[in-house]
Parts: sequence; structure tokens; C-alpha cells
Amino acid sequence: MFVRGLKRKCFDGEEDIEGTLAGIKAIPSYNLQRQSLLDMSLVKLQLCHMLVEPNLCRSVLIANTVRQIQEEMTQDGTWQMINTQSPGQASLDRLVSTDILCRSSRDQAEGKHVPAYGTFSKDFESDQAQDSSETMSTASSVQAPRNLQSNVWEMETPQENKGNFQKSLDQIFETLENKSPNSVEDLFSEVDNSYYDLDTMLTGMMSNTKMGHCDSLETFSSPTNTASNSNCKSDLNDLDHIVEILVES
Amino acid sequence: ADIISTVEFNYTGDLLATGDKGGRVVIFQREQETKSRPLSWAEYNVYSTFQSHEPEFDYLKSLEIEEKINKIRWLPQQNAAHFLLSTNDKTIKLWKISERDKRAEGYNLKDEDGRLREPFRVTELRVPTLKPMDLMVEASPRRTFANAHTYHINSISVNSDYATYLSADDLRINLWHLEVTNRSFNIVDIKPANMEELTEVITAAEFHPHHCNVFVYSSSKGTIRLCDMRSSALCDQHSKFFEEPEDPSSRSFFSEIISSISDVKFSHNGRYMMTRDYLSVKVWDLNMENKPVETYQVHEYLRSKLCSLYENDCIFDKFECCWNGSDSTIMTGSYNNFFRTFERDTHRDTTLEASRESSKPRAILKPRKVCTTGKRKKDEITVDSLDFNKKILHTAWHPLENIIAVAATNNLYLFQEKVN
Repeated sequence: MFVRGLKRKCFDGEEDIEGTLAGIKAIPSYNLQRQSLLDMSLVKLQLCHMLVEPNLCRSVLIANTVRQIQEEMTQDGTWQMINTQSPGQASLDRLVSTDILCRSSRDQAEGKHVPAYGTFSKDFESDQAQDSSETMSTASSVQAPRNLQSNVWEMETPQENKGNFQKSLDQIFETLENKSPNSVEDLFSEVDNSYYDLDTMLTGMMSNTKMGHCDSLETFSSPTNTASNSNCKSDLNDLDHIVEILVES
Repeated sequence: ADIISTVEFNYTGDLLATGDKGGRVVIFQREQETKSRPLSWAEYNVYSTFQSHEPEFDYLKSLEIEEKINKIRWLPQQNAAHFLLSTNDKTIKLWKISERDKRAEGYNLKDEDGRLREPFRVTELRVPTLKPMDLMVEASPRRTFANAHTYHINSISVNSDYATYLSADDLRINLWHLEVTNRSFNIVDIKPANMEELTEVITAAEFHPHHCNVFVYSSSKGTIRLCDMRSSALCDQHSKFFEEPEDPSSRSFFSEIISSISDVKFSHNGRYMMTRDYLSVKVWDLNMENKPVETYQVHEYLRSKLCSLYENDCIFDKFECCWNGSDSTIMTGSYNNFFRTFERDTHRDTTLEASRESSKPRAILKPRKVCTTGKRKKDEITVDSLDFNKKILHTAWHPLENIIAVAATNNLYLFQEKVN
């Protein structure tokens, strides 16, 4: 279903993918599929932060899927490079903690998670000009993060009408194939650059200055810290503003 | 019209209740056949409409509480009025639906329009008389069972003692007495001490139709636990544990998600129970815990599409299932407004479509077929052209006759078996 009648090519590892790319779409390797599934799952978990309480069953099932992939990747050894840069095993557990990931919106700085999601979707759809412009215009026109999330997510559904699911999945595989698939940092660093643009456009405030890939994982693992940081920042800004007014008067 | 979120016949089948996303309940009543008006077809007309739940705001958590009606369950009729329980995510309400077709006239102290009469105008005493009036159906809330659930309520089930009922959310099951609203007993609690260790939630629960001490609850891991309330106050220890061992050859990252049970229903005779997971319906003998006695594939052709269905969240759709009155046939919904019936003895299955375009009123429904191989025959539908936004999650079967109610998004369809 994903291949659309193309010839299958047998290949051993990631290196061969670049070789066979020239004009032909190869079947994504198992690792790529697994990686994209992991990314998709993490995005889904991020979307828990809506005004209505998230569906716990759905969150638990997605978190279990993420855990399963991570376990397999740990056994494979592909998880190692990410693990070394995060503080120990604790972050791995907290990465899949349903409670933390799906905490209600009041715990989160609203601007923080929204741009992260926005960059994911922008990343996936960057190859499709019309899709990304649609997504971006929807993103920029909406104020509340909740509406943004539901709008952007709903934008994808009509695009995948009547069984054209493979389109977005192909986009994912294309995007992943175009980068060196093994380096997860590259994937996340791509997320970094676009994050700044999207963030300034959406919220007009930079809640997190730096979002390297390990930072993004730490964002997942310690949302309370960053939340309080950004809250502090905005509080400080407000305080400055108030002091300014008081001083001037 | 809003999206229908639950459908339920009452014990006689004369009333059919639907709940929707906007918190409304609409009750349909079957037209009574009279000598002057024989009916070859069952006809249901709107009997009562009322707003059961309103949207609320939880100020403590800064979260909205949806007014969507998750489940409606009728109580057996004990007097002229009808009672039903309706629930949203957090609050269960007992509603009384009663008819009024007479009113009293000739009061002494007040006028016909209800205003108090001047005392000096009362010159004689009279006895008020009852006069007929146009039938009025009133729905009034009699009990509100609130503040007992931290998580979202997914099931309610009336006990066979007709005095108690259970309500289940993602992690807990509570037992209520219909007369008592300020207290409920927690009978199942699967919340781990550390929420980070949460890997399994409760997805559905139901009381046994005859044994008032027995209930079952299903989980997101595809297991069913049968509990006996006589054994202990807290039924964390199950009496029976139903699980089918996983087929290792079909294992994938989605295995757990598609094994999650979305509905569990006892058969009317109380010997079997049926569970619905994403791709199949399973019938279990209550005496055999290690595997179901029957398995029916609802839409096996979706197995190769699981990744896409995961991406667009369809894999989390919660389909319900139901038995017919004699437990000989089971029914469940699918996508593209298709619903499926399975005859247990003949193993014959039928796929039908609930849509205005495909069926005129009173016309016989044409069986549909999804093309799973490369060559599409005439009238078949390919998997890729199925509309996954048109899903039939809620169906109900009349308890005595072969009349079925099928909810297709915001439309309710009623089908009847044509008997020549």
C-alpha cells in the first residue's frame, strides 16, 4: 500500500538507501518505519494538552507503543546515542510517563508545546508546498494554542481523504530518507531551525531560547521545569513592565 | 442534529433512547398497532427530548467537562413512568419520563391560568375534576450522582437487583444504590501508586444479567476480568481472567492497540459474553478463560492499513457490539457506514450500509462487499475508497424482535427484518 506498485529493492542497511534513491522510492527500512512511528507517537502524546481532558486510554496505548519501540531500539543499540545525552535512565522512564506527558494544559506554558508540534507537522509536510502553506496560514491565523492544535491536526484529516493515507506517510519517509536516517540529532536539529520562525509567528514570545535535540527530549522529560521557567520569564517581563509604569508615574 | 453517542432500547423495545454529543437525549416510541391502524412495519416517533447534561468547567483542573452522553441505560419499568440513567464523563443522572394526559380543573383557590383568586370571590366550594388534555411527556431529573469519578466514565450498568448499578471510568469502578446520591462504593481500583507506571486502563464494564454479584470489566490490553462481589469488598482480585494468547506470527507495534477491548456485553441468557476489539468480535464462554469460543473478523482488510489508521487516530475508535434477543446473532459497526451481522449457528455474515443514498425507506437493504483482492467486482468497494469518517460505533438490537437501530454519525437508522 505504501509502495504504489514500485519495484522492491533488496538492501542491507541504511547506506544503501541513498544509493537507490535516484528517482526511485525504496521501501523504507524497518528502522525508518520504526523511527517514524516513534516520532508520530511522540507528536500524538504532545497533543494531549488541550482544553478538554485527554483521553487516558488513547494516551496509555500510545505511551505503551512508544515504550515498546524504545525497548526494541535499546536492544538494537540504536537508542544509545540519545540516551547518553539525556540524564540517565530516569529520563527514559519519564519520557514515556503518561501522567507527565499528558498533564493538563494548566501545567504547561501554552506557547512551549505548540511550536514543537508545529515544527513536526511543518517538517513532515515541507516537501509539499501547498500543504505547508495551508498549515502555516492556519497556524498564523489562530490565537489560542488549543485551536491551533485541533486545527492543524484536523487539517491533516481532510487531506487524507478516502484512503490516501499513504501520502502523508510517504512524506514522512521521504523527509527521513533525505536526511541521514541514523542521526536523530539531525532530525531534531531540523526541528530547531524551523521552531524559531514558527514560534515568533505564533506566540510572539520565545519561551525557550535553545532547543537542541537533547533539550527537546528534556522538554518532554521535565515539562514542569521549563513550564516554571517560562512562567517565571513572563512573570518577570510583567513585573518589569509594571515597575516601568510605576517609575514613570 | 448532533453526533449520536449512544443508542439503547428499553426492556420491552417500545422505547429507544439516543444520546448525543450536545448532551441531549431523544427518546423514540414505537407506534402502537390498533385494529383501525394495522402496521406492517414498526414505526418509531419522537416521544421526548430533553437536555440531560450541560457543559461544565472544572475550575480546579482548568478543564472543560464535555456534555456528551457516553451511555444511556434503562431501568426496568416498575410503574407508569419510565426511568433511565444517562452519563457524561463525570456525572450520572437518573431521569424520570412520565406522561401527563389529564389535568385538574375547577380549583377553588386559583384560576384556570394559575393565578390566586381573591378570597371574596370564592362563593362556593367545588371538587376539582380531571379533564383530558393533549398528551405531554415530561422528563425530570430525579437523582444526580456526581463527584465520584476522577477519570472519564465509559460504562454504566444496571444490576439485576434493580436497586444498584455500577459506573466505570478508566481506572475505577463504583457501585451505587439508585436511591443514594451522596455515597458510592469503590469496587475496582487499578490506579497504580505511581501514575508513571500506568500501562492498562478499564475500557468497559457490565453486570451479569442474572447474578447480581457478578460483573466483568475489560481492559486496554485485551483482557476481561470477571469479579464476584461476594468474595471481597474491593474486587481487585478477579474470579476469572479471560485472555486469548497472542498469535506471535501477527505481532506488530499495533498489536496491543488493536487488542484493546472497546465493548463487552453479556448474552441475554447469561452464559456467554462478547467482546469487541478493533478488528474482531469474540464470543466467550464464561466457563472457559483461555480462549474465546467464537471469533468473527469484522474488517480484517484493515490489518495492512494499521499504520495509517494509527496516524489518523481511527485505530482508537471504540466500536460497540450487541446481541439479538435470542443470542443467535451478533452485530457490530465498521467504516463507510457499514455494519455487520454474524449468525452464530450458520456462521453466515452480512455487511449492510446505513446511508440514505443506498437505501430508500422500506426497501430491502442490499448486502455490501469490500474488495480485498486486486480485482474489483461490480458493486464492490475497495479498501482505499472506504470513508473512514463515516463510522458506525453505536448499534442496538430490539430485545424481542428483529429491529435494529444504527447510529451513523448524526443520523439514526432503524431497520427491520422483513417477514413474508
